[in-house]
Amino acid sequence: MKTIVIKGARILGGEPADILIRDGVFAEIGQDLSGDETIDATGLVALPGLVDLHTHLREPGREDAETVETGTRAAALGGYTAVHAMANTDPVADTAGVVEQVWRLGQEAGHCDVRPVGAVTVGLDGERLAELGAMADSAARVRVFSDDGKCVSDAVLMRRALEYVKAFDGVVAQHAQEPRLTKDAQMNEGAVSGRLGLNGWPAVAEEAIIARDCLLAAHVGSRLHVCHLSTAGSVEIVRWAKSKGWDVTAEVTPHHLLLTDDLVEDSPVGSYNPIYKVNPPLRTRADVEALRAALADGTIDCVATDHAPHPVEDKETEWAAAAMGMIGLETALSVVQEAMVETGLLDWAGVAERMSFAPARIGRVADHGRPIEVGAPANVTLYDPAVRAEVDPAGYASKSRNTPYQGRALPGRVVATFLRGRPTVLDGKLA
Amino acid sequence: MKRHLISAADLSRDDALLILDTADELAKISERSIKKLPTLRGRTVVNLFFEDSTRTRISFEAAAKRLSADVINFSAKGSSVSKGESLKDTALTLEAMGADAVVIRHGASGAPHRLANWVRGSVVNAGDGTHEHPTQALLDAFTMRRRLGPLDGRKITIVGDVLHSRVARSNVLLLSTLGAEVTLVAPPTLLPVSVGSWPCEVSYDLDAVLPKSDVVMMLRVQRERMNAAFFPTEREYSRRYGLDRERVARLHDEAIVMHPGPMNRGMEIAAEVADSPRSTIVEQVANGVTTRMAVLYLLLGGADLGGEIQ
Repeated sequence: MKTIVIKGARILGGEPADILIRDGVFAEIGQDLSGDETIDATGLVALPGLVDLHTHLREPGREDAETVETGTRAAALGGYTAVHAMANTDPVADTAGVVEQVWRLGQEAGHCDVRPVGAVTVGLDGERLAELGAMADSAARVRVFSDDGKCVSDAVLMRRALEYVKAFDGVVAQHAQEPRLTKDAQMNEGAVSGRLGLNGWPAVAEEAIIARDCLLAAHVGSRLHVCHLSTAGSVEIVRWAKSKGWDVTAEVTPHHLLLTDDLVEDSPVGSYNPIYKVNPPLRTRADVEALRAALADGTIDCVATDHAPHPVEDKETEWAAAAMGMIGLETALSVVQEAMVETGLLDWAGVAERMSFAPARIGRVADHGRPIEVGAPANVTLYDPAVRAEVDPAGYASKSRNTPYQGRALPGRVVATFLRGRPTVLDGKLA
Repeated sequence: MKRHLISAADLSRDDALLILDTADELAKISERSIKKLPTLRGRTVVNLFFEDSTRTRISFEAAAKRLSADVINFSAKGSSVSKGESLKDTALTLEAMGADAVVIRHGASGAPHRLANWVRGSVVNAGDGTHEHPTQALLDAFTMRRRLGPLDGRKITIVGDVLHSRVARSNVLLLSTLGAEVTLVAPPTLLPVSVGSWPCEVSYDLDAVLPKSDVVMMLRVQRERMNAAFFPTEREYSRRYGLDRERVARLHDEAIVMHPGPMNRGMEIAAEVADSPRSTIVEQVANGVTTRMAVLYLLLGGADLGGEIQ
């Protein structure tokens, strides 16, 4: 295998260094290295390949919105080397057969590693446990289980799921949404929803479930992961659970770090534009500030995209009829730079922790989320933080275009991504 | 004025007064034997009704016809919409037909905002979900002004299901723009949690508010709300928030009673109150046509009305 040398990259934003890749691993890091191929990384930040705990690849079932092929292309272009494919496909990823299919499609695509998430309950119906053990033992080696899109709202079922996954070091990733409090909910319940006459999605509907689940996880001594935490109150509850030493982790999406619910009322793309419709909904400025602070101090462990592709016709509708969700793989790092790095809340080492090390740890993803050091698998992203450009989804690899950032200028650009030493992206394009 | 009338918040105080003054002028025409003006001849107004609302539709239809506009009624039932056509495709169809104005009633809050992205003509919101109903607020303000004179400082009490009421939202915005002091009265379950940020007062006690009210506007309360625990029983609702004869006796002599219709007699309003001289309910219907004429006239015609009325 040919050797590649990355010249002058700033590892985690540090001093420029050369990185020599041989046989899929970092072979040498130092100055004046040479190899068969040279990549000029002057001015670029080298980050460990990003890991996403929360991606909707839509295959099988909604190949009009995204496929494993297109979604993992988008992931590679966003600097990711591993993504977790959510289970709410059609059929649902609730059997070994489906998770192995998704895993195999990821292998064949080859743009990044695909770790399927298994459903907690059969058909996401919240009634019977899916065969979690079979999925864990399958070729896909599932460790993260989630009914994402739906909440495991039944307390007994949630308790059993948390207990059961202990046998294979799994984690239950909860979409925290009390269903009765959020019937027909359309957006964050607050001043804006009151004015707009849209059914409210109150913060308490998220916080009540998180509090319950933290207590359950502590009671049975298991691991809980909280998906897309979105409110200041949720932050307080997770902070409290962690202070008790309980094994609770949490993620936040890029969009909840940047966008607020007043965009539904007034934005550059009009009022009631469903491009801003997402679940959990965009919250208030105070929530955004609390989420940023919590991500900075580690209360929130990681950033996860909740990349949720939808075809145009599912968004070009009246608000109530529109699908919930936003794409995010190709903008995540830029949004994190804007919300966290340019505000001084995180340095690049912090970004590596929140977008690579922590999600890999939580998902038990071997060989990802490792420091850029000699002997580690050469999963690395080269990122240019100095540029700034207007978001134009026309060129995105994702099949869908439902980005909330269209027309907004965002900083940074992923220049190259390497998966086990093989470039998946070079010069900002698929390699 | 803006090109569309989607929210009462679209109207400045001057805009709102211009509409009400124009409606005053147009009301004179309604009193003549020949009620028709040639102003909008050759212009097309589409009534796009995704919800059944005969009252509002015929009010807009009469208004447009009295201004000589061509009127196309498009109701969702039995149309391409019931076959799954999207709002956008409906809009593009209307656009191709050359609609100068589209009057839309829709069950989804914000549907008129979306429509305005896809058509060139003026969009008039005739009620969207639980959001707004600005022409209802205008006709209510018009009715109040005729009975009471200028609205500055007038005390207006709106009672009932504010949470789900597009009439309440538009009225709070418009009446505060016009300088009136609005108080909302409802059980706390039927108020938005954020109602404190609205430009009005809030009370849970109807009896305490009535003596100082110049206007009491009763909102329709759907009986089905009971099933979602917004209130325990119809009877309890009626006892605490219904306007009966005893409560009306607490009002001062000139105070008026309003209701946007359709009423639940015996629920939020007693029959004898609805039919009493204080009640403006029938006037509101007549004023609806005049006010909607003024809105269509100003959005589509725009010129000085003086010459045409003479």
